[in-house]
Amino acid sequence: MNELIQTTVFYARGLAKIYRMGEVEVHALRGVDLDIYEGEFIVLLGPSGSGKSTLLNILGGLDTPTSGEARWRNHDLGRADERGLTQYRREHVGFVFQFYNLIPSLTVRENVTLVTEIAEHPLKPEEALRRVGLEHRLDHFPSQLSGGEQQRVAIARAIAKRPEVLLCDEPTGALDYETGKVVLEVIARINQEFGTTAVVITHNAAIAGMADRVMHLADGQIASIEKNARKLTPGELRW
Amino acid sequence: MKMLDVKLLRDLSRMKGQAVTIALVVASGIGGFIGMLTAYDSLHGSRQSYYESTRFADLFSGVKRAPESLAEPIVQLPGVSDAETTTLFDVTLDIPNVAEPVTGRMIGLTDGRPPRLNRLTLRRGRWIEPGERNEVLVSEGFATARGLQPGDRLAALLNGKREDLRIVGVALSPEYIYANRGGAFPDDKGFGIFWMERDGVEAAFNMKGAFNSVTLRLAPHARAPAVISALDRLLAPYGGLGAYGREDQISHRILDQELNQLKVNATVFPSIFLGVAAFLLNVVLARQISTQREQIAALKALGYADRTIALHYLKFVLVIVLAGIAGGIGIGVWLGHYMTGMYTTFFHFPQLTYRIQPWIPLLAAAISLTAGVAAALQTVRRVASLPPAEAMRPPAPATFRRMILERLGWAHLLSSQTRMVVRTLERRPLRAALTTFGIASSIAIIIGGTFWGDAVEELIRVQFDEIQREDADITFVEPLSEAVRYEIDEIPGVLYAEPSRSVPVRLRAGHRSYRTAVMGLPQEGELRQLLDADRHPIPLPPDGLLLTDRLAARLGVKPGDRIEVESLEGKRTRRTLLVAGLVNDLVGMVGYMEIGVLNRAMGEGNLISSVAVRVDRAGVDLFNARLKETPAVATVGMKRTALETFEKESARNIFFFTTIVTIFAGAIAVGVVYNSARIALAERAWELASLRVLGFTRGEVSALLLGELAAELILAIPFGLWLGYLLALGLVRSAHSENFIIPMVITPRTYAYAVLAILIAGVVSALIVRNRIDHLDLVGVLKTRE
Ligand SMILES: Nc1ncnc2c1ncn2[C@@H]1O[C@H](COP(=O)(O)OP(=O)(O)OP(=O)(O)O)[C@@H](O)[C@H]1O
Ligand SMILES: [Mg+2]
Repeated sequence: MNELIQTTVFYARGLAKIYRMGEVEVHALRGVDLDIYEGEFIVLLGPSGSGKSTLLNILGGLDTPTSGEARWRNHDLGRADERGLTQYRREHVGFVFQFYNLIPSLTVRENVTLVTEIAEHPLKPEEALRRVGLEHRLDHFPSQLSGGEQQRVAIARAIAKRPEVLLCDEPTGALDYETGKVVLEVIARINQEFGTTAVVITHNAAIAGMADRVMHLADGQIASIEKNARKLTPGELRW
Repeated sequence: MKMLDVKLLRDLSRMKGQAVTIALVVASGIGGFIGMLTAYDSLHGSRQSYYESTRFADLFSGVKRAPESLAEPIVQLPGVSDAETTTLFDVTLDIPNVAEPVTGRMIGLTDGRPPRLNRLTLRRGRWIEPGERNEVLVSEGFATARGLQPGDRLAALLNGKREDLRIVGVALSPEYIYANRGGAFPDDKGFGIFWMERDGVEAAFNMKGAFNSVTLRLAPHARAPAVISALDRLLAPYGGLGAYGREDQISHRILDQELNQLKVNATVFPSIFLGVAAFLLNVVLARQISTQREQIAALKALGYADRTIALHYLKFVLVIVLAGIAGGIGIGVWLGHYMTGMYTTFFHFPQLTYRIQPWIPLLAAAISLTAGVAAALQTVRRVASLPPAEAMRPPAPATFRRMILERLGWAHLLSSQTRMVVRTLERRPLRAALTTFGIASSIAIIIGGTFWGDAVEELIRVQFDEIQREDADITFVEPLSEAVRYEIDEIPGVLYAEPSRSVPVRLRAGHRSYRTAVMGLPQEGELRQLLDADRHPIPLPPDGLLLTDRLAARLGVKPGDRIEVESLEGKRTRRTLLVAGLVNDLVGMVGYMEIGVLNRAMGEGNLISSVAVRVDRAGVDLFNARLKETPAVATVGMKRTALETFEKESARNIFFFTTIVTIFAGAIAVGVVYNSARIALAERAWELASLRVLGFTRGEVSALLLGELAAELILAIPFGLWLGYLLALGLVRSAHSENFIIPMVITPRTYAYAVLAILIAGVVSALIVRNRIDHLDLVGVLKTRE
């Protein structure tokens, strides 16, 4: 891939996040610089507490940095107000959380509809669910699904709005090997078919093989970035 | 439907028990409010239109004997638009098949024509034929109580002469919507109103060309006090008894008191219900939101605006409140209808139409929605301020502190389970306090709604067992010489007779004045006891007079002060007398003097106007028969007759109200207990399930949760009893009227009833929750992360 003709979607400089808990200050991020390009598949690796979720939350407009600059295309994420961030999330971002965060009182189809209702050019909920292979479980409630199936619903929910970026915080964290693979395959396929920029947090270094680039976080900073010469398909991963 | 609304309905149906119990509390409050206010409005409206259509008078005055020629000058008084005179007398009736003598008020109809003021409404039968002196119309209340129909005959002692009368019609008068001769109780059985040709009345009572009663309507902007003094001046030479306005007209006054009472109740009780409902909504919603933190965060992450999510939770409250309003309107309409119907037994209107003005349910809905939204607002604001990222992390484990008892070193006194209970209570002191307060308020409501029975019972007991101890009160047409008492003694059945004198007076102290009567009683009397505030008998003073304490307050005088006593009868003397002491009467406002002192002050010989008697039960028939034909007797008040009807009817009403109030309060108790139990269960399901897994039995686990409830319930009882006492005290104060006071009495039986009702509500709620604990899905609970 030629970086020179690539458009930058995420741009961050000197990004810092400090949590204050009474007397104690926790420096979750201390000066992160990064550029992420359109259509890239990024894997974020790093030890627990290194600031991965914090970074992802800021990129996704869930949280704001204490200082530094964060942009999505020409949106200033650092200075946007709550309204602007909501609008940004609603129009451009698909989230997949470690604990799925489905609405337990809504069925699979309804959980997806929840998003398509407020999106501009959504997929049909059934179509989104077909892409994650759950077209036969439309009317089940989350409690009637396994963890992997729930995570696939969460992905369907994230992609149903045809987001420009897909942000996944440990999407396989609660899943077994086989199920985790299925979930990753779905994410990889979305990334390829729709050209959706994907940022995936994981503790599993093996998954890094799928990425265009792998960013290592340590102690609130980007320790290194490596570029994969060849992206592996999820099928080729071993862990 | 929007997915958020689908979620709303599913969430609601998952907690329908809680939603329903809260809606019931709202419904009870709204129902009480609408019921009482519409009853108020119906009564008020009916009275208003009744007064208008019958041209109910504005001023009233009695007079001893005024020439008919005075009628013209009265109409000409500035401020008077119309005036009408008549002649009326209270007499003894002899009704076939009715053993006891009954009092009738014979009112003259000039030329047998309908009156211009205080028009009659003919209900059945026909009008009297002019010239037919024996035809009468009878008041409907009396006709109903005594089973009289047009065509029936009865006899009356008109000035000692027995007249046979024929009922030709049954009528209603705006002057006698509530029929009684003084006292506080309705007396439809012992007091009948009759209308007959005025000539007949005048002839019987030697009143040709004279009147003894006048009623006036005021011109639109007339000042009543000015007209009253002008009228009093006109009538004074003829024995004017002092004019008064509607506010002192018995029927009007009692209706006013009832209306006022309704208005107070319509505000006090529903406010408590809405307060409790607001609290429950707040707690349940707060709980709902804290359980759904992750869902809220997810919705935010998915791009739902804060406002949309806040509205979603607000709708939660709105649905419950709206359901409550819908139910409450139903209950309210039924209650209002029923109460209005109930009033027809005491208040006689041609048409007591139940009406619902739209503003009443609308106001009720607005108030409860406001309360609901206010309850939700602070909690919903928390939804908006929940940062989406922060909510993604599971809530931190609850922080427990060592309890006060532990810090005091007394913890070893408690079992470890009791310790868990106490800790939970201490951890959420505000909620525990509010729950306790909620339960306490339902106890208070039951007491506030039930103690009326005690109070009325006490009122009757004190008034008729301690104060008025006679069986019958015989009133003469005119004051008679004291010697008559010996004749009364001779009447068969009379065990003991005690004379008394009642003089109509106007009392003045400074610029205040009051029209009433002074009762002259014998010093060593047995049948009439005067009691002080501590219910101890007070002797009659050798000099001066005693006043009902409320009367002294109205006149602004205290013992030791002097007041002017103007007699409105006989020589119309004016004396300045010493207020020697105060009497704690429950009913009426009068003065008391030793009968001899009174007669001397009046400048008259030893006169008596009535005799109180104690009657031998075995001889009562002879007594009755004899009195029905004793010429000098005007009326005979039989205590038993008056009380029987009243007690029966008030018992029925009190039972009705007690039941309604208990059901409503039960809704509060169940609402509070059930909801706090469900919340406690939801919060601690994980902990309880873990204990079950560790091998604790269902009983032990339930004890943990229900122990918390039991503690709140037990704390609530003494607090609730105290609140109930305060509520009753407040209600008694607000029901305070010049006519009578409601004694502040709550019997242990009422307290016990309130406690029992709440315990039952508590136990029922506990059993439902216990059932849930028993069916706790261990795996399910432990799997879900909360
Ligand atoms: N809301 C918060 N308040 C206080 N400290 C916080 C908060 N959120 C995160 N932190 C702290 O910031 C640091 C970075 O947290 P973050 O969640 O980004 O780590 P992470 O790399 O995602 O870790 P993990 O792999 O365990 O999920 C940690 O030390 C964490 O304790
Ligand atoms: Mg993380």
